[in-house]
Amino acid sequence: MERNFKIWRGDAEKGEFKNYAVKLEQGMVVLDAIHRIQVEHANDLAVRWNCKAGKCGSCSVEINGRPKLACMTRMNEFSPEEVITVQPMKTFPVIKDLVTDVSWNYEQNKMIPPFKPRKKKNGIDHVMYQQDVERIQEFRKCIECYLCQDVCHVLRDQDKKEKFVGPRFMIRLASLEMHPLDIDDRIPKIKNDFGSGMCNITRCCTDVCPEHIQITDNGIIPLKERVVDRFYDPVRWIYNKLFGNGAKQE
Amino acid sequence: MDYSDIQTIEHDVLVVGAGGAGIRAAIECADKGLSTGIISKSLLGKAHTVMAEGGIAASLGNVDSRDNWKIHFRDTMRGGKFLNQWRMAELHAKHAPDRVRELEEWGAVFDRTDKGLISQRNFGGHRYPRLAHVGDRTGLEIIRTLQDFCVHQSIATHMECTGLDLVLDGDKVSGLVGYWRDTGRFVLFKTKAIILATGGGGKAWKVTSNSWEYTGDGLGMAYRAGAELIDMEFTQFHPTGMVWPPSVKGILVTEGVRGDGGILLNSEGKRFMFNYIPEKFASETADTEEEASRWLEGDKEARRPPELLTRDVVARAIKKEVEAGRGSPNGGVFLDIASRRPAAFIKKKLPSMYHQFKELAEIDITEEPMEVGPTLHYFMGGIRVNSDSQQTNVPGLFACGECAGGMHGANRLGGNSLSDLLVFGKLAGDGAANYINSLTDQLDCSNEEVSKIIKAATDILNREEGKNPYLVHEELQSILQTYVSIVRTGEELASGLEKLQALKADINEVFAHASAQYNPGWNEALDLKNLIITAEAVTRAALIREESRGAHTRLDFAGERVEGLEYNIVIKKTESGMHAEKIQRDDPPKELANIAFASLKELEGENLGA
Ligand SMILES: Cc1cc2nc3c(=O)[nH]c(=O)nc-3n(C[C@H](O)[C@H](O)[C@H](O)COP(=O)(O)OP(=O)(O)OC[C@H]3O[C@@H](n4cnc5c(N)ncnc54)[C@H](O)[C@@H]3O)c2cc1C
Ligand code: SF4
Ligand code: SF4
Ligand code: FES
Repeated sequence: MERNFKIWRGDAEKGEFKNYAVKLEQGMVVLDAIHRIQVEHANDLAVRWNCKAGKCGSCSVEINGRPKLACMTRMNEFSPEEVITVQPMKTFPVIKDLVTDVSWNYEQNKMIPPFKPRKKKNGIDHVMYQQDVERIQEFRKCIECYLCQDVCHVLRDQDKKEKFVGPRFMIRLASLEMHPLDIDDRIPKIKNDFGSGMCNITRCCTDVCPEHIQITDNGIIPLKERVVDRFYDPVRWIYNKLFGNGAKQE
Repeated sequence: MDYSDIQTIEHDVLVVGAGGAGIRAAIECADKGLSTGIISKSLLGKAHTVMAEGGIAASLGNVDSRDNWKIHFRDTMRGGKFLNQWRMAELHAKHAPDRVRELEEWGAVFDRTDKGLISQRNFGGHRYPRLAHVGDRTGLEIIRTLQDFCVHQSIATHMECTGLDLVLDGDKVSGLVGYWRDTGRFVLFKTKAIILATGGGGKAWKVTSNSWEYTGDGLGMAYRAGAELIDMEFTQFHPTGMVWPPSVKGILVTEGVRGDGGILLNSEGKRFMFNYIPEKFASETADTEEEASRWLEGDKEARRPPELLTRDVVARAIKKEVEAGRGSPNGGVFLDIASRRPAAFIKKKLPSMYHQFKELAEIDITEEPMEVGPTLHYFMGGIRVNSDSQQTNVPGLFACGECAGGMHGANRLGGNSLSDLLVFGKLAGDGAANYINSLTDQLDCSNEEVSKIIKAATDILNREEGKNPYLVHEELQSILQTYVSIVRTGEELASGLEKLQALKADINEVFAHASAQYNPGWNEALDLKNLIITAEAVTRAALIREESRGAHTRLDFAGERVEGLEYNIVIKKTESGMHAEKIQRDDPPKELANIAFASLKELEGENLGA
């Protein structure tokens, strides 16, 4: 069986959709089809990939308008007549074909104050319990596919990249702030530099996350609450600081 | 020197590869005050290390306090069939716990024991639960921790920058020429030392768990610069890759499934691994299902189930079952955890396996067994290095991680790679720093060498026509898959070698359309010259090891030979082409030999501290 594809070809200056037909094999994913096109029709078709199993977050594209991992999108998700459109992520500048320049994300990551652990109690091992690490383990599943960044309207439509680090880095911040061993305080920066106020909880990021991380409910909202406590309810914050666990609020 | 219009970047040391080994090496170099750069073919955080699943081996002794470095060392030597470099295996076992604790200090969040310590799971060939892990996404945790730590050190990261070849000044390394993927432009790194951390070459096979990056680039670059390769005949076939659907054939199913209780069944529903227990491991392996079940429930007196024998043994057993007509419908065997563990446990401990099968094969592993078969997974062999400094025989050239050889001997134990990356990444950083500190020469990169490298790369684009690089690659893969596979014969290897020789002509004629800007066709064409060196090295080494040992199985030379223990095979470049030879192994230091051949009882009680 053959299937028809429309693939965006071009670079930063110009580009257009081109049509390709691919013979299907059992169990194929969209990335397999793109690879067939590379071999048979367009050796130079640019696409990123590595693991082919949803683990590395390289192959992010927009398939029929939805931000997705090409390696985890099965061909049998589409009806037989449907033409499958593949284009690069819109939020980031195109380098070539399906490859975008995601370096902005790496710059955001670098701005985040690093992990700062407390001293080990016995000098050898840190003690942390499973129930205390579980919630940050959820955030640490992130494969940095940047699909959430791609879909977030603050970055995508309003292009406020200088004001908001985006959902990916909000959960990275959450994973540091909620880390049982961490003693740094990033709350003022989360409000002032990283733009927690820009998010208006539409949950679009959570919807596209291939790791099913509850970005908004488990990550962003709790951070917003901490910001509110700190800046608008300082008494509670000081109380927590004195009687809570260390410098962190629970 | 005049490099005309080529961009030039200067560093004391350049690390080639940003997996676990490369990043750990770069961190060490920066810590030693060197100006440090790191390049990678992909984006930062996407190397193979991110795909590692099951865990990282270190004798922390958190789950079973009888564990210590000596037992880890003993397991590693036995797994490697005593062909490992003794000193490397010693350093590895001794340093691994510190490297794991260091990751925690840098923010890694491993799964915990009830006492709040780093939890450890069982894996093949490891006597005790030894693998620190995070569900089945341990590699992601490790690379992200290293990545987030390294961006705050003074390290220049150059992403999507591929190294083409090393530049030498006399006999010393003085630089590397590479290109930026996004523009296709060339760049010269002028350096005092280079650390290769480029990983293996699994993309020489058709069925593999490896990605497009694993084309043996480091092996090829080192070889061309005059460095030696060692143990290349030992290529690990992981017993459990996916076999269906065809488009995902080869993708890894972590050994963690078996470590957490999964069993292998043939089409008759028989747990066949009980029929394949090698004599050497018989005294430490359960011989009844009842005993294996007791082990799973935590009975410390019970012996380990045979599913957790070393990978070479399990992979060959699966192959035999399939050949005997007892395979699964799609040419593998069944791996069943559904009937052994509750669904919630499986989803918690093996979330990415659950996800992978659900999405790619429409199979719910909490309800049905998986179909699995062997897949080319890992290179035990690689660039030959000094065990302490990680330096090759080319001054200023270092190697660590999967691209270096010697640590794992004839077969690697699961989990010993992630620890290897960190232990030897750090040591390579140390080695490079020591070398640079004692370096007195002013090094230069000659215009002639630089131009030669660039011309070879641009020729591919400038041809009018030529071979399709993807098809040439497919041809190379089918040669290795057929002739240099999991079970080998001299005759097949010789024909494989002949076919590879013939393929060289095609490789010299590959042609890439269009411009150099982000052009995977061109990138693929450039990788081929490293793949062919890798493929030829494996085939030549396999041809002259006339015995079966570890991951290298010769049908025409069954069983281990005593003399097989006396040599390693080394590959080097000569005037007349590639040369493979046997080099005499040194006798092991007495203390290490004593540990390796001691009984478990003698080692278990020892309290060795960290
Ligand atoms: C699916 C899978 C699961 C695994 N699970 C485990 C496990 O549970 N436990 C375990 O111990 N091991 C496991 N392994 C093995 C282990 O992950 C690898 O051996 C290890 O990650 C290799 O690390 P590395 O740092 O040597 O190389 P990699 O992590 O592969 O990094 C290689 C780097 O080199 C770069 N590179 C390559 N060529 C060039 C070039 N020419 N120029 C510039 N850069 C270059 C690449 O871009 C990449 O950044 C697994 C492997 C796979 C594939
Ligand atoms: S919930 Fe917030 S971060 Fe997520 S997409 Fe909406 S605005 Fe963006
Ligand atoms: S949070 Fe989810 S969607 Fe966003 S980058 Fe991470 S894995 Fe991708
Ligand atoms: S290729 Fe790794 S997530 Fe798709």
